[in-house]
Amino acid sequence: MIEVRDLVVSYGTATALDRLTLTVGRGEMVALLGPNGAGKSTLADTLAGLLRPAAGTVRVDGRLALIPEGRQLFPDLSVADNLALGGWRSGQRDPSFVYELLPRLAELSSRRAGVLSGGEQQMVAFGRAMMSRPDVLVVDELSLGLAPNVTADLAAHLAGLNRSHGLTVLLIEQNARLAFELCRRAYVLESGRLVTEGPCDELAGDPRVASAYLGGAIT
Amino acid sequence: MSAFLTYLLNGLAVGCAIALIASGLVTIHRVTGVVNFAQGTFAVVAGLCTSSLLGLGFPHGLSEVSAVLAAGVAGLLTGLAAIGRRGTTPLSSLIVTLGVGVLAYAVEIVLWGDQPRSAPGLAGSVTLAGARIQTHYLLVIGVTAATFVLLALFFGRTYLGKALTACASNPYAARVVGIDVRRMGLLAFALGGVLGGIAGVLVTPLRPISFDTDVTLIVNGFAAAVFGALTRPVIALAGALLLGVAETMAAGYGYGSHQLEVALGLMILVMIVQASRRSAISEEPA
Repeated sequence: MIEVRDLVVSYGTATALDRLTLTVGRGEMVALLGPNGAGKSTLADTLAGLLRPAAGTVRVDGRLALIPEGRQLFPDLSVADNLALGGWRSGQRDPSFVYELLPRLAELSSRRAGVLSGGEQQMVAFGRAMMSRPDVLVVDELSLGLAPNVTADLAAHLAGLNRSHGLTVLLIEQNARLAFELCRRAYVLESGRLVTEGPCDELAGDPRVASAYLGGAIT
Repeated sequence: MSAFLTYLLNGLAVGCAIALIASGLVTIHRVTGVVNFAQGTFAVVAGLCTSSLLGLGFPHGLSEVSAVLAAGVAGLLTGLAAIGRRGTTPLSSLIVTLGVGVLAYAVEIVLWGDQPRSAPGLAGSVTLAGARIQTHYLLVIGVTAATFVLLALFFGRTYLGKALTACASNPYAARVVGIDVRRMGLLAFALGGVLGGIAGVLVTPLRPISFDTDVTLIVNGFAAAVFGALTRPVIALAGALLLGVAETMAAGYGYGSHQLEVALGLMILVMIVQASRRSAISEEPA
């Protein structure tokens, strides 16, 4: 599970996250919505231990893995090497577990990550995160730059892992439709502050959320 | 013709030593983004250590290996000074490496004095296609070839080598998967120290080494590394061999006192060509 209380993260004098509080229960899949610059990736990096909070607390039960925004692969290395390095923390270098989850990666294993399509790269990033056998997965912009069918495929994998392995997921998204399809609860972040939270079906009916994230139409 | 071949082979050997310096520069720069101007110092430390250890009666092999390890330690210490503090920018680290190089002068003068020192290398010479070449030059070529093969295997086949490549390729992603990029940078500095040390051990029997020999070594090594855009070791190797041959030819045909100028001239030429290529690419309409 993830428990964030009164979290403040700053870059110099600029405050990126301002007294943020949120929780994701064990085995839960929760969305975090927000526009560019809201502080979503700052939260992801803080949860992953890459940024230090200026104030507040962050508690993560179990091992956390991050799928960062923009995939962030090692383009010069093969898919197999990218996956093996995903197991750096856990000492798990054998990717066969990931190949079972995502068989397509086995076919791509010898290809250089930098030459793959966006969808394939996102799948590698997904597999690389799973190499550490995480209890908690933070996914920063799963759908960014991907075709809808590719996103749907990856989302199905994510939902499957959440159901079958009890994986706790924090899905950071700008694509509210996708987030509301996958998650029961969501938080909405703007300018580093939480502006609203609640069950996804209620948020979908909130005119402010609908206007900002669903193109003004509630579907 | 035989004189030309002799110069060519000798030049290749000189180029190999330059390539080792350049490969250290490239290794450190790829992983940390830092141009390490103390790289020549590692060779000087190793050369002076070899001279002392052999002078103290230690056998060949042990003396050279110990000297290379000492250079590795010097590399690690330089790394600690340059990138040990979190948040140090590559430019600040570059200036720190310059400072380390100057500090090393003082330490080397205290320990070894200011007079050049040499060490006996592999004796004898062989004749190849009518060209006479010292056996030690062949040793330099052989050791350099073996070092580059080992480096390629290390970076291409080992988990640690791939982690170093990962840091060079995408430091943020390396941190995401849990790799300690700073520690990997220190490892790169130690590896750079070892590579510089191998160069120093190989060069000392050919050219006496003193505290300030690092200037010649770093200018040559930097020229070759720039040839490989500070990121591509194999192209840096090609650049180093070209430089070694050009310098030896210049010396052989009567311009011996202008070797450093040859290196500097080539370096400036390569930098101008690369800079103009980069600006041409960036100005190209999309």
